Amino acid sequence: MLQFFPVFKREFLGYFRSPVAYVFLVVFLMAAVGLAFFLGRFFDAGQASLQSFFLFHPWLFLFLIPAVGMRLWSEEKRTGTIELLFTLPLTTLDAVIGKYLAAWAFLCTAIALTFPMALTVGYLGDPDWGIILASYLGSMLMAGSYLGICSLTSALTKNQVISFVLSVIGCLILVFLGWSIFSELLETYLPVFLADLLANFSFITHFEPFTKGIIDLSDVVFFLSLTGFTLFLNVVVLER
Amino acid sequence: MIEVQNLSKFYGAKPAVDGVSFHVRRGDILGFLGPNGAGKSTTMKMITGFLRPTSGTAKVGGVDVAVDPVAVKRQVGYLPESAPAYAEMTVVEFLEFVAESRGFRGADRAAPVQRALRLTHLESVRHQTIETLSKGYKQRVGFAQALLHDPAVLILDEPTDGLDPNQKNEVRALIKELAQEKAVILSTHILEEVEAICTRIILISEGRVVVDETPAEFQARQPGARLDEIFATLTRSDV
Repeated sequence: MLQFFPVFKREFLGYFRSPVAYVFLVVFLMAAVGLAFFLGRFFDAGQASLQSFFLFHPWLFLFLIPAVGMRLWSEEKRTGTIELLFTLPLTTLDAVIGKYLAAWAFLCTAIALTFPMALTVGYLGDPDWGIILASYLGSMLMAGSYLGICSLTSALTKNQVISFVLSVIGCLILVFLGWSIFSELLETYLPVFLADLLANFSFITHFEPFTKGIIDLSDVVFFLSLTGFTLFLNVVVLER
Repeated sequence: MIEVQNLSKFYGAKPAVDGVSFHVRRGDILGFLGPNGAGKSTTMKMITGFLRPTSGTAKVGGVDVAVDPVAVKRQVGYLPESAPAYAEMTVVEFLEFVAESRGFRGADRAAPVQRALRLTHLESVRHQTIETLSKGYKQRVGFAQALLHDPAVLILDEPTDGLDPNQKNEVRALIKELAQEKAVILSTHILEEVEAICTRIILISEGRVVVDETPAEFQARQPGARLDEIFATLTRSDV
């Protein structure tokens, strides 16, 4: 039987048992839309596309996903419920997968709730729906990778603040490596092939093709393997 | 039911538990005594599979916890110290989660949840969130969670902690009643509790078993003395 399911269900519904979920959803939607309108000049561009909206997702996720991920394990450690969880007949992997998928499903809900943006461009013009769907897919996959890192750092400490800071730093490095301004800087100090190699580990490098409507297998594999690797480390840390 | 052989747990070079061995049979209620920090909780956590022993083995129902922890966890009901629970859930939601995790799916989970609520007298607060409950009720929620699947082995870390005298008596009566076909380990600071319900005493001091005998034998060490006087004599090295 799927042993992770009770954990998934408890965790996912748990978001809606506290005000945290609603506060997060409101902040996320306001920030996502606000960035597109005010920084991305969504209307001024005069294009029926969501590119100026998705452009900011790597930066938005940088702060908002650690806010969701920081409590995953540190909260269990702080309140002692981890002792309860790990004396139920589940493997560590069941617990890690259950909690991770619940948080990811919650993030996907938040991302999906930006659908009025898509409706707006659909009403105002004739957008390429393929590009929009690919962008949503890329955004959700990328959110999954951010969350993997946050889940891992959260398992390292029972202090949520430390967990948050570590997650932001971890994600920040992976964003910066592919940010054009930073990677150009790198190229002046490092050989080009090395700078390119580092840029290959960035969220931005692998997210951009999605926003252009290109679903490249290598980008999908990048996000999935990064997620898988962080969750594997997560299990190792918890079983230590 | 429970066989513990030479169980040790070291934090760095410092032993928390140092070569503890004992057996618990069905029908036994084993009272774990000892000063704070003596290693009672650590020993219990190793038997339940929450902590890994540094060396030695713990077997429950013949299964080594290091080999198949999930099989051990299935047989054990465990009440951790201070009864942690997910505070934002209601009592029923929490018990249903535990029931589902223990393999009672769909319609099957109603019966064990009802039984646990009834045994621990939680029916009146069943739809209250756990964070709004008093300490005594929270302790009972932890107890309900531990006996939900009618386990063959109950491991209770300070089960009467935070309860008022009436509730303490009630919990003791319940443990006694349940223990007839179970193996029970409970840790406590309250010496009268041991006298009232335990069939055996194990006294742990500085990670080692100092005493393993019946309450009557324990009393016979210093006839006429109060239990806490005997306790003080045996654990003096800790002071």
